[in-house]
Amino acid sequence: MLQRETDVAIIGGGPAGLAAAVEARNHGCDVLIIERDDSLGGILQQCIHPGFGLHEFDDELAGPEYAQRYIDVVENGGIDVLTNTMVLEITPTKDLYAISENGVINIISKSIVLAMGCRERTRGAIKIPGYRPTGVYTAGLAQRFVNIEGFMPGTEFVILGSGDIGMIMARRLTWEGATVHGVVEIQPYPSGLIRNKVQCLDDYNIPLYLSHTVVRVHGKDRVTGITISKVDENWKMIPGTEKFINCDTLLLSVGLIPENEITKKAGAALSRTNGPVVNQFLSTTINGIFACGNVLQVHDLVDNVAVEAKKAGKLAALYSKGVQVPTSMEKQIVRVSPGNGVGYVIPNVINLDVKEEFIEKAGSMRFSLRVRKPMQDIYIKMRSGQKELYKKFHRYVRPSEMIIFKIKESIKDFLEGLDIDTPIEVYVEPKNKQPGKRERD
Amino acid sequence: MLHDFAIIGAGVTGTAIARELSKYRLNVVVIEKLSDVATETSKANSGIVHAGYAAPEDSLKAEMNVLGNPLFDDICKELYIPFERVGSFVVGVAGDNFDFLEKELQNGLERGIPGIEIIKDVNLIKKMEPRITDDVEMVLHAPSAGIISPFGLAIALAESATINGVEFHYNSPVQNIEDMGNFYIIDCPTRSFQARHIVNAAGLFADEISRMAGDFSFTISPRKGEYLLLDKMEGFINHVLFPVPTKKSKGILVSPTIDGNIFLGPNAKDQESKIDNSTTIYGLEEVVQGGRKIVPSIPLKETITNFAGLRAVSDTNDFIIRASDNKPRLFHAAGIQSPGLSSCLAIAKRIIEIIKEGGVSLELKDNFYRSREKPIVFKELNWTERDQLIKEDPAFGNIVCRCETITEGEIVQSITRPNGARTVDGIKFRTRAGMGRCQGGFCTPKVIKILSRELDLEEDEIVKREARTKYFYGHTKDFRRHKDATA
Ligand SMILES: Cc1cc2nc3c(=O)[nH]c(=O)nc-3n(C[C@H](O)[C@H](O)[C@H](O)COP(=O)(O)OP(=O)(O)OC[C@H]3O[C@@H](n4cnc5c(N)ncnc54)[C@H](O)[C@@H]3O)c2cc1C
Ligand SMILES: Cc1cc2nc3c(=O)[nH]c(=O)nc-3n(C[C@H](O)[C@H](O)[C@H](O)COP(=O)(O)OP(=O)(O)OC[C@H]3O[C@@H](n4cnc5c(N)ncnc54)[C@H](O)[C@@H]3O)c2cc1C
Repeated sequence: MLQRETDVAIIGGGPAGLAAAVEARNHGCDVLIIERDDSLGGILQQCIHPGFGLHEFDDELAGPEYAQRYIDVVENGGIDVLTNTMVLEITPTKDLYAISENGVINIISKSIVLAMGCRERTRGAIKIPGYRPTGVYTAGLAQRFVNIEGFMPGTEFVILGSGDIGMIMARRLTWEGATVHGVVEIQPYPSGLIRNKVQCLDDYNIPLYLSHTVVRVHGKDRVTGITISKVDENWKMIPGTEKFINCDTLLLSVGLIPENEITKKAGAALSRTNGPVVNQFLSTTINGIFACGNVLQVHDLVDNVAVEAKKAGKLAALYSKGVQVPTSMEKQIVRVSPGNGVGYVIPNVINLDVKEEFIEKAGSMRFSLRVRKPMQDIYIKMRSGQKELYKKFHRYVRPSEMIIFKIKESIKDFLEGLDIDTPIEVYVEPKNKQPGKRERD
Repeated sequence: MLHDFAIIGAGVTGTAIARELSKYRLNVVVIEKLSDVATETSKANSGIVHAGYAAPEDSLKAEMNVLGNPLFDDICKELYIPFERVGSFVVGVAGDNFDFLEKELQNGLERGIPGIEIIKDVNLIKKMEPRITDDVEMVLHAPSAGIISPFGLAIALAESATINGVEFHYNSPVQNIEDMGNFYIIDCPTRSFQARHIVNAAGLFADEISRMAGDFSFTISPRKGEYLLLDKMEGFINHVLFPVPTKKSKGILVSPTIDGNIFLGPNAKDQESKIDNSTTIYGLEEVVQGGRKIVPSIPLKETITNFAGLRAVSDTNDFIIRASDNKPRLFHAAGIQSPGLSSCLAIAKRIIEIIKEGGVSLELKDNFYRSREKPIVFKELNWTERDQLIKEDPAFGNIVCRCETITEGEIVQSITRPNGARTVDGIKFRTRAGMGRCQGGFCTPKVIKILSRELDLEEDEIVKREARTKYFYGHTKDFRRHKDATA
């Protein structure tokens, strides 16, 4: 069995892993990226549409181009990379076990960055009744078939779920000469970015059926059609509104979920995003294990992945150099809970007993969240008990767009203002609401 | 070529009979309509080897179940089939008919079912099964009930039969049977077979096979059962949990599978169609309601798929295991509804007895291979063993299915073994690649590639199951060109 030692081991060579690696290397650490695919770049390799790197590089790049900019830096920067190598386990003592065609590799590192990305939710998770024929694929799998393998997985499509991959695939398939009969979304609003709705559906006259869902898959061998139905606010189908659509393929774009197999095996606690619980230093509940990118929370913009990943890379580097970075398990922590209208907030907890010199090093105090439904004219607020910590007006907020904010005051003052027994709450408040009267959803 | 025996149908019944017949100096062929073994009822059931107290008195079902259950230990050891006697509970809650449990206990005792007992100590019940409903008052405990993968069983039996000389033909629906006096001609669309004897193990369609041969003595009607399958939750529940049946329904059970998943189901609904194995909104809802009754905390958000199976119910409501009354050299193993899986090994033995009674002389081979090569399961090895294995064959260092940790080596093995996989589902049922929580989202393209390489087929010729289940409509570039030409 091969053994390797490194300061920082990074699991996953997508944008998160790459950005974290570069940052850790810049802090003087030996870095090893372990990637199970045969090349770096992660999910970006199959996103051949433009729209990446608007912030980071001030340029509108296709996925692989964006990835290449980072890969170049990695390759010229003395960062070790193992491709075709899959991490199967992190033991509770932080030993990594990976396999490749050369055998098992046991990697001993001072710190670990989890950057394994996410996977697509599937049909089972949403329980569509009917047959189980060929022709039901996740949108990402169809994307892989078309963009990488060069095969057409169908000719007449319906897409369930208006996630970004689904909408992007609607356009791609239309370009390829297929017919997309519609995108069916159970919510009364699209779940992906508005930009994608306009550019991928509206521009090609692809109907978007809001407040609809697929209630049956037809065809025993190959999909021969689907039945959709309108749903009420509780997502219950409204009898009498069923409509049959002829198609040979149903794509599912019903959401993404962090890849958490090895996170779980390592014994890290998981949060409601299904990613690991982290504190403001992106440290999981295990000493020396950090997380960033889609493995932590599903991002809509790769630039945000990069920012988050750099932070994780830097803190992992500091940890490897002997700095005691507090984990999200330590005693002096206060919970950050999602309140009214908010789906989740990262970090999940905040450590209070942070040494002053470390505060400087750790960088800004950054929160990211998603709202539960589209809203207009609202404040995003954060409070600790009655004390308001943050407030910002938003004209529009949507679940498809991650909201990020930073604490502007000094972090030291911010931390000193927190009380260990009072959880922090991040919530939405309508602009015209009387203070004190908050609506629950 | 004239075969001694043709077995029609390769479910658990047909494969068990094939293996039993392969012990004798005979020339045996198995003719299967679909693309693989266990692709009809035998792939969509509860996977329970029942203890045997429940089937009605004086029925063949009861007899075969009681005889069949103890046969699993040896065969599963010989053929490396995962099987576990986890035991079953019939869960009595307030308001249930407790006399029923007492009656089932009596049945069990009379039939000599080992260890069967009623437990009334609620603390003990809770200790054995912590997530059972708080309303539980007593359970009927049958420790000899077991769980098994029904397709794993059929695949192993078929492999063993193949090693011992049985031929399997897939994608061969029998359409016509002609009695030639001392042999039959069995017609399928692309070829015919000749066989002296026929064993009819055609499940839902056994009545049609029987009629083709000129025996109109029984009919089979389908009864659907729907399921929800949940992700792996090791230790979430420990036993097979049945409710007490009511007049209306036999009840929905909650059970672990041999692979560590949890399932809920089945309901029971008679229908006309023998084809329709689709799930329905109402059926799945019934399953959810029923499952919650015995395990209220069942986490439905862990659902990874749903499916349905059709029970082949004969007009006598019992198994039909006999020689045909009016046709010579025709033997039926028909109407094999539940507990058919539990009974299949005993049914196979019974068929042999009936064949012998019919005056056919069967001679045992001296070189019958009991065992098969142990399948390599990468996940079950330790790190040193894994390293060793990859050094011997680098294909074991390539993970194809990440949910179930299945390597390329295992996929290749499942193709190259005797009676190996020819389809994506064939690989799925042999290795579990694609059975995990992402349901093939990640591994399907890789599996298609490996199949095309190993079988020397183009990627767009690879199918999920039968010919009509192709994945692709050609290359993207050809597709665009075709579209442009027709536009
Ligand atoms: C379809 C789609 C469209 C998008 N469109 C845009 C857009 O237009 N503009 C934009 O800015 N952003 C876009 N994004 C968002 C952004 O690009 C992604 O969120 C980002 O790629 C996430 O990066 P990641 O590194 O966390 O994950 P990934 O890119 O998924 O990388 C994870 C890597 O880890 C590897 N890995 C996983 N497990 C293991 C293991 N056990 N061992 C070794 N390696 C492992 C994987 O192979 C993979 O390479 C899009 C996202 C998606 C899904
Ligand atoms: C919902 C449900 C739950 C069950 N649970 C259990 C349980 O927990 N325990 C238990 O013991 N039993 C259970 N059973 C019963 C068990 O599944 C069956 O008894 C068993 O699978 C029957 O196997 P078989 O080989 O007879 O039939 P099948 O598996 O149906 O095999 C028959 C084969 O014949 C083939 N065939 C049909 N027509 C033709 C033709 N014309 N030409 C060629 N081939 C043909 C079919 O394709 C099929 O492969 C359950 C059944 C159902 C439906």
